[in-house]
Amino acid sequence: MFLRTSLLAVLLFSICVSAQEITVAAAADLSTALPEIVATYTKHTGQTVKLSFGSSGNLTNQIHNGAPFDVFFSADETYPVQLIEKSLALKGSLYRYAVGRLVLWVPNELPLDVQKLGMQALLDPSIKKIAIANPLHAPYGRAAEAALKHFGVYDQIAPKLVLGENISQAAQFVESGNAQAGLIALSHALSPALKDKGHYWTVPLDAYPTLNQAAVVLSKSRHPEAARKFLDFVRGPDGTSLLKNYGFSLPTEKH
Amino acid sequence: MNGQAFWLTVRLAVVVSALLIAIGIPIAYWLTYSRWRWKFLVEAVIALPIVLPPTVLGFYVLMALGSRSPLGRWWESITGHTLAFTFEGLMIGSVLYSLPFAVQPFATSFAAVDSKLLRVSASLGQSPMQTFRRVVLPLSKAGLVTGFALSFAHTLGEFGVVLMVGGNIPGVTRTISIDIYDQVQAGNYAAANHTALVLLVVSFAVLSLVYGLNRRAWTVGPWK
Repeated sequence: MFLRTSLLAVLLFSICVSAQEITVAAAADLSTALPEIVATYTKHTGQTVKLSFGSSGNLTNQIHNGAPFDVFFSADETYPVQLIEKSLALKGSLYRYAVGRLVLWVPNELPLDVQKLGMQALLDPSIKKIAIANPLHAPYGRAAEAALKHFGVYDQIAPKLVLGENISQAAQFVESGNAQAGLIALSHALSPALKDKGHYWTVPLDAYPTLNQAAVVLSKSRHPEAARKFLDFVRGPDGTSLLKNYGFSLPTEKH
Repeated sequence: MNGQAFWLTVRLAVVVSALLIAIGIPIAYWLTYSRWRWKFLVEAVIALPIVLPPTVLGFYVLMALGSRSPLGRWWESITGHTLAFTFEGLMIGSVLYSLPFAVQPFATSFAAVDSKLLRVSASLGQSPMQTFRRVVLPLSKAGLVTGFALSFAHTLGEFGVVLMVGGNIPGVTRTISIDIYDQVQAGNYAAANHTALVLLVVSFAVLSLVYGLNRRAWTVGPWK
């Protein structure tokens, strides 16, 4: 009897806990910052958050096909707006949480002064492969393409491009030494995995369409209040300071 | 449909299954006739790609081919570029990935050859090598065709390893499965469907051919 009641208690407890748990789909450039934000959030509120990373296009596609996410953090604004137009996301919940920055990253082994050379560094013969995210479904990939064209090197280096499935894979390609340069997210360049292994040049903002990163609560969310609470937290002082640590600037700031 | 990706994939599958004939027959020969006590360990290693997720193989291949590994540096010193993100790199990954699909049918068909025939051949003064070439190989035709076709079809449908070590370069490493994935991710369902259908039909044709050939070998062979 006692066993049965305690089993029931455990069951009820787990139902209550899972009722609060939300699932967040997030752009791959948040793969280092967001877990930290979630850890702080869980410590403050006791609520758990499940994270699922991918390219923003990939995640949008999953949401179109009924993926059970509560919140979507995109690396640009077009995907969330698209979802709102299709009534898959709640219009009032849309907000810009950060501006993403693109950097040109090279490993320390390469004696290239990217600060001085900028994008022209890619023309160096020691660079055989350049990792970018896939422009077809990753906003950072489109930003990289635009920046390469802006500096007039795209046609020369196009044969050297290798495409990561998302910006995290592009970072992994160059981190593992398989590509000698990468156009990756500043948040990855500042992550513990890459920080000491290479140096980077921050691509100026006028070289590519601004990566206005926007978040939205999804219409199918079963816990829209919990989802909104989490969004508020990311917008609040704890969330913004963690985002800043990873190189994101806030949409209201001057860059 | 992306014709470039299609022909690249066919080229990869042909090269890989041809390589697997060359590598797989000696390995299968050894597996069939060796009496080595620890042979089962080799069998287990060869079967690993069947159980391991392609990501595990892809991860190790990427690490092994990269410029931080001895193999990667050696290759780089010879050719001037790393193996990852090249057609050769995909070839190495695919050969490893499809190895059991070639070796196992080969070894099974070698083992199925009646041992009396081997003894008769030996008594007629044939060396083991001659016996293998003149008796075992011809009688194992069905197994050889199965192994070749299975590794061809398996490479045609390969995805995980290519995603991890390919780098999605048009005409070099963007295979048909990667192309389909890209089209789906970008929401171009019509294009994805078009390519996927072609792959479906080709795979079905290859497998039908295998089973059709095996059926003939089975009904006609023993009474011939």
